[in-house]
Amino acid sequence: MAETFILIPGRTSKQGVTLNEGKYTDGYLEEINTLQISPEDMSRLQFENGDNIRMWNDFGEVVVPCKTSKGDELPPGILFISYGDKSSRLMAGETHGTGMPDSKGMDVQIEKVSAPA
Amino acid sequence: MSTVAPPPQESSDSTEVPELKVVTDATCTFCGCVCDDMELTVQDNKITKAKNACVLGKAWFLNHHIEDRPDATIEGQPASYEQAIERAADILSNAIYPITYGLSDTTCEAQRVAVAISDWIGGCVDTTTSVCHGPSGIAFQEVGEVTCTLGEIKNRADYIVFWGGNPAESHPRHFTRYSLMPKGQFLPNGRKDRTAVLVDVRKTKSARAADIFLQVKPRSDFELAWAMRAIAKGVEIDPSIEEQTGISLERLTEVVEGMKAAKFGVILFGMGLTMTRGKHLNSEAILSLARDLNKYTRWTAKPMRGHGNVTGADNVVTWQTGFPFGVHLGRGYPRFNPGEWTSSDLLARGEADAALIIASDPMSNFSQPARDHLEKIDSVVLDPKLSETAKTATVAFTTSTYGINTTGTVYRMDDVPIPLRPAFDSPYRSDYEILKAIEKRIREKQLNGNLSS
Repeated sequence: MAETFILIPGRTSKQGVTLNEGKYTDGYLEEINTLQISPEDMSRLQFENGDNIRMWNDFGEVVVPCKTSKGDELPPGILFISYGDKSSRLMAGETHGTGMPDSKGMDVQIEKVSAPA
Repeated sequence: MSTVAPPPQESSDSTEVPELKVVTDATCTFCGCVCDDMELTVQDNKITKAKNACVLGKAWFLNHHIEDRPDATIEGQPASYEQAIERAADILSNAIYPITYGLSDTTCEAQRVAVAISDWIGGCVDTTTSVCHGPSGIAFQEVGEVTCTLGEIKNRADYIVFWGGNPAESHPRHFTRYSLMPKGQFLPNGRKDRTAVLVDVRKTKSARAADIFLQVKPRSDFELAWAMRAIAKGVEIDPSIEEQTGISLERLTEVVEGMKAAKFGVILFGMGLTMTRGKHLNSEAILSLARDLNKYTRWTAKPMRGHGNVTGADNVVTWQTGFPFGVHLGRGYPRFNPGEWTSSDLLARGEADAALIIASDPMSNFSQPARDHLEKIDSVVLDPKLSETAKTATVAFTTSTYGINTTGTVYRMDDVPIPLRPAFDSPYRSDYEILKAIEKRIREKQLNGNLSS
């Protein structure tokens, strides 16, 4: 059953490094396409690293593998993904008169669609 | 440019010695820190060492070699430079509502020409600032900016608040070169003389570097900053602020009292504020807090900027038009209205009919409706590397890389201009050269059209 979370896309050093290696490299694509979930939520939802997660809101939908976030970096209820193609597909076109779409702190729903291959 | 001669190379089987050059005081343009103390070792048109660079800077320098791509393509097919200039000038001259976008990863000199083109064709000029610290730009107009340089922070700041950012990952040398660690004129013991606070939703790597970590609830930054303003002024705050923001009144009061007792404070704020609900109001709250604290001691606030010359883009567009981004030039004079003339909106609403995109990849990071429209319209794209935006461009130019192949000027995140010292030549033209050629051809078409009519 789908649950609502708050998604925070952001920069990581791995994203910055692999960006320079190339936007079409495995390293970059893996970094921007992996959803991080808190250990508490992973355990509660019985997700495993590599499970494919459908994540959607009113503006878009993506399917990405998940992994457990490190230590206590993420509190329960918060998701993190490196800023990029996938996170941007969940942004609205509307900017509320600012020029800036809501790009962080977006409400999203998630559910597991398949176990890791 | 400062270069030193390499040591003599010995070769037993050839008289040809590979060219080896060391470029000192080179500038890294990967992020807004714009560190200008790089020592680059260059061999065979490749940077093999980047001394003093951080992990991001090393990746920037060591992965930029000359790629084998055509100078230009038209509709995906290789084309001559001249053909591409002609087609680009046609597209931009004939457009009714064109936009110019990107500009944060190129030189100020190229930015200036891009603004001129936008003016000649009566289009909108916008930069990646609009999806970065654009909301802070709006807040500057509302509140003003109590500003400082990174040098002042290094030499004076004994209380530093990082808010809504993760410099440990996004600006790795910020802590060591500019803010937390360095010994300064009035801080002889460096880190020991400073208090550092991190305010963020996530307990990131940067939290380890801070003395105090305030884990704010998502979308509560405005409430937290506003409460801090009130506490600083002695206004009574309800303890329910903890329920709203995740930070207890006692803890918050302790931090604010520490801020008031500082000799020189700075709030360095990131896109955790500008990209989240509240946007410019979040930045306004931070700028207001810094302004208010000047009643008690010296406080400043600076946005942490991402791209190497996004600050230059703000400066150039402002000195050319009077506004930093989202500028409409279609009536012969500049008008500013974020939400109306910002690229994300112009594309998502399906209004722009052509685009000139310099060193940016909106096809990978704009909203889906904006991407869908950009794909439909004619676009002219300048980029050193292949991108989704370059792939869908009507005309795409391969460019040299600023700071590595091209000289010029960039602005550090604290609005300090820094010269670039390129490491090696590129067979590809610079953004400046290409934009100048497009501008010249557009003017020729416009003047000939006027003469013949």
